[in-house]
Amino acid sequence: MERRVIFNNRILPYFLLAPQIAITLIFFFWPAGQAIYQSVLRQDPFGLRTTFVWFDNFQTILSDPLYIEAIQVTFTFSIAVTVFVMVIALLFAVLADRQIRGAQTYKTLLLWPYALAPAVAAVMWLFIFHPSIGIVGKALNTAGIEWDYHLNGIEAFILIVVASSWKQIAHNFLFFLAGLQSVPVAVVEAAQIDGASPWKLFRSILFPLISPTTFYLLTINLVFSFFDTFGVIHALTRGGPGRSTTTLMYKAYIDGYVNLNLGLSAAQSVILMIIVSIIIWVQFKYVEGKVHYT
Amino acid sequence: MKRALLVLTLIAVFALVACAAPTAAPTSAPPTKAPVVEPTKAPVAQPTTAPAATKPPEATKPAAPTATTAAATKPPAPTATTAPRPTPPPGRVTVEFWHGLGKPLGDILEATVMDFNNSQTKYYVDAIYKGSYPDTMNAAIAAFRAGKAPNIVQMFEVGTATMMAAKGAIKPVYQLAQETGVTIDPKTYIPAVRGYYSEGGNMISMPLNSSTTIMYYNKDVFKKAGLDPEKPPKTWTELRTMAKQIMDTKSSTCAFSTAWLTWAQFENFSAIHNVPLATKANGMLGMDAELKFNSDLHVRHMQLLVDMQKEGTFKYGGRDSAPEPLFTSAECAIMHTSSGFRANVTLNAKFAWGVGMLPYYDDVPTAPKNSIIGGASLWVMNSPGRTADEYKAVAEFFKYISQPNVDAKWHQSTGYVPISLGGFDNTKASGFYDKNPGADIPYMQLTRTEPTENSMGLRLGDMPAIRIIIYEEMEKAFQGQQTAKQALDNAVKRGNELLRAFEKLYK
Amino acid sequence: MIAKYTRNLPVHLVLIAAVIVFAFPVYLAFIGSTWDAGTISRGDMPLTPGPDFVENYTNILTSAQGVRTKGIAVLPLLWNSLQMALAIAIGKIVISILSAYAIAFFKFPFRMFFFVLIFVTLMLPIEVRIAPTYKVMSDLNLINTFAGLTIPLMASATGTLLFRQFFLTIPDEFVEAAKIDGAGPLRFFWSIALPLSRTNIAALFVILFIYGWNQYLWPLLVTTGREMETIVIGIVKMLSTGDANTDWNLIMSGTMLALIPPVAIVILMQQWFVKGLVQTEK
Repeated sequence: MERRVIFNNRILPYFLLAPQIAITLIFFFWPAGQAIYQSVLRQDPFGLRTTFVWFDNFQTILSDPLYIEAIQVTFTFSIAVTVFVMVIALLFAVLADRQIRGAQTYKTLLLWPYALAPAVAAVMWLFIFHPSIGIVGKALNTAGIEWDYHLNGIEAFILIVVASSWKQIAHNFLFFLAGLQSVPVAVVEAAQIDGASPWKLFRSILFPLISPTTFYLLTINLVFSFFDTFGVIHALTRGGPGRSTTTLMYKAYIDGYVNLNLGLSAAQSVILMIIVSIIIWVQFKYVEGKVHYT
Repeated sequence: MKRALLVLTLIAVFALVACAAPTAAPTSAPPTKAPVVEPTKAPVAQPTTAPAATKPPEATKPAAPTATTAAATKPPAPTATTAPRPTPPPGRVTVEFWHGLGKPLGDILEATVMDFNNSQTKYYVDAIYKGSYPDTMNAAIAAFRAGKAPNIVQMFEVGTATMMAAKGAIKPVYQLAQETGVTIDPKTYIPAVRGYYSEGGNMISMPLNSSTTIMYYNKDVFKKAGLDPEKPPKTWTELRTMAKQIMDTKSSTCAFSTAWLTWAQFENFSAIHNVPLATKANGMLGMDAELKFNSDLHVRHMQLLVDMQKEGTFKYGGRDSAPEPLFTSAECAIMHTSSGFRANVTLNAKFAWGVGMLPYYDDVPTAPKNSIIGGASLWVMNSPGRTADEYKAVAEFFKYISQPNVDAKWHQSTGYVPISLGGFDNTKASGFYDKNPGADIPYMQLTRTEPTENSMGLRLGDMPAIRIIIYEEMEKAFQGQQTAKQALDNAVKRGNELLRAFEKLYK
Repeated sequence: MIAKYTRNLPVHLVLIAAVIVFAFPVYLAFIGSTWDAGTISRGDMPLTPGPDFVENYTNILTSAQGVRTKGIAVLPLLWNSLQMALAIAIGKIVISILSAYAIAFFKFPFRMFFFVLIFVTLMLPIEVRIAPTYKVMSDLNLINTFAGLTIPLMASATGTLLFRQFFLTIPDEFVEAAKIDGAGPLRFFWSIALPLSRTNIAALFVILFIYGWNQYLWPLLVTTGREMETIVIGIVKMLSTGDANTDWNLIMSGTMLALIPPVAIVILMQQWFVKGLVQTEK
């Protein structure tokens, strides 16, 4: 996607890019490059003994059937989170955007739980869903619905999806709202005068206008669900029961951060980056073409 | 273009200001003052501010201890450490100590460090919290690789194999003692602690906080079920019978659960029954150890848990410490977990409770042996530019914390087990155990026999991952997806692959 | 009026339900801050406030002299967090809006290359590159400095992507008109692109402020003293008690206090949303 009309200036864009590129190179690419180099090494945590092993780490990880299992878990998880988050957030944003009484209050109330520190949020989920000390968990069990995510893989999976989405919904809501608010009121009113139904209004006017936002959020949610959810998993299920909530990132986290097998963990990160890059490339190539820019 | 230059200048200024305004000097030169802290806070460590009020958690049982015990077991004054970390006095040899204990244990540790700092004028230990154990470990490794390792780092017991293999990154404690001429006598420590952190009889790291797994039980439920509340089950047969009786009489919704399934029902189970968890003395004699926890006895034990779960007398409550609330909320009548759980029970349980040693199979002739420890120890780290004085400071600090009265104080205020013989004697003489019945059980269980090669400890690479594997496979067994034997066979197979990969790292 | 109100009733119901679901963890944290630790950890906590509100907040604010170490001196921690969060949010917005502007409004060699370069920063969390990152920081002498704490967190792919998406929606006619008027790219940026991005800036500011506010691992790694300890580190410190008692009541009251600045930011930024609305209405 490109603009047809652009400014002609040979030097200015480089200056504008400079701060970001500088920070990215120094604080991201330099260390990340080393992390990637790590993936072809076998090295003890302290870096005292290093062997260059070519693609041994990749071979080890890709021939592990459990890794394939984790790929399945990850994809199911990412799709579940992304769809769940975007549908709910868009619904709330459309509702909160309507000119109804108390709209401002709703906006605030829907947003500020997002500010809860992740570490604490994870604990709150425990106090809500834990089978014996959680408010909802206890209620479910009392009501005769057996709820025990320590032993039921499906329940554990649902719990992780819900807990991860909770944070992301607020995030998505905010940007959907920002997108909707920048749609000129005149356009909406004109359509209403023409007698467009709310659904038609949404589908043919609002949604196209916020499709750049939607595309942005789609990308962000996918990346989020791949990389940023191991905190929740660690706090609630530790990847269990069995391996029902062990995602690729959680496995890389455990192998690298807890077991300190840096080479193996780095190889997993590289594979993860490749997978996500492909997804994003496909997104840019096929989805962005359909995104409606004015 | 003029505007472009203006914007760029602004960015440059912004970046420069940000870079040029460090709030503190680099680590080598600690800041002379802390800018954003309240300067009026009391200096650290005024040990006698309120002895009666600063009673240790162990002593917070409903029957409050008398003033004499409180005075006798006077803990360090942790309150003061909430004030900003004081500046190391100029002229002192300062060493950095990174630890992984949150509140309140970390404060007690920092207070102990301050006691050391106040006990002499030459050395200064700067204790810094660096997050959880894995956070601390990663921070220390990153710092080592950047040539800025702390002098001392606290490491959890399952990281022992990794640290020991890092020759060059660490200085063994016995070497430290030799080089500095400071006496650190391993014989003062109880064998189960000494053995865990030694190699060939030489101490490698400095024991600090240790615990073991014991049994807690709800006396009210025992009474209700018609059981003798003063007689917790001694054997697994008894435990199962009692659990059945509890369920049959509907005295509780859950009879038995265990936290730390791996630590309690595998690592300590093996030690207590004197069967190997792995060959080569559980890895102590070499990295080529192989896991052995799919023996008949292990399978029998796990099958028992699976069977008990089926009959409703056992409840699996999750990994690590996750099941613990099942006991304090009075849901499960018997709980196996860390000795450190005691403080929590003391404060939160609204019923009469007791503690006992972990049960064993009485038809196994080798049982019961001593249990093994968990917790963490202190490691001396090497880094470019270390001075002899710094090592000396570390050695003096270690010598200080190995004194019986310091150990006793630590034990009583934190709830960790006494790690030295003197620490236990000292505590016993103070009458602490009369006031806190059962608080000596963990120590008794740890010291009831001389450690064998199966009950000395563990030194297996990737131990955190092996624990996870055991959880994964056993959870499948508890869900009925596989038998106990299949679970253990799979876990051993997968664990051995990890051990071989770990071995390769050091070839 | 009444008809209008009832027509909106289903909408209100959905939103009220959403608010209840969303705010429930926060509500629970608030209730927790009014009870004692035992009640909470036993799972006995009711859904109504308890008697210990004053005691808990006094404890957490005065860093607790007394029975045992309890609270944390919250105010300096809040101040540290505020500085860090503001620096990260503002720095990130400035840096990413400039780079997005370059990518969206100019054509120059290696444009897409730079875009991809920025974009991949999304894909390697700090946990997997901790040792090399620390090494770079220490080589640059940035350990334990405010710059070291904030600058590495400013490289934001999210911000650049968002602004790029938005800039692409600015109609070509606007640019042409500006060119005819003789306005240069910076003039256009300042008087057209920036004002139009207002709602997006506001949204991003909220997200980034909270992102910066909730940072945990990075500050722990690059600071080695308490001078820069943040509120989140203080709370996590109370959380990771190992075997000891967890002071749930104080964690909850600390959490509530830690919520105040981000919530203030959310409310403040709502003004910008409204302004954005009015502005496009003309």
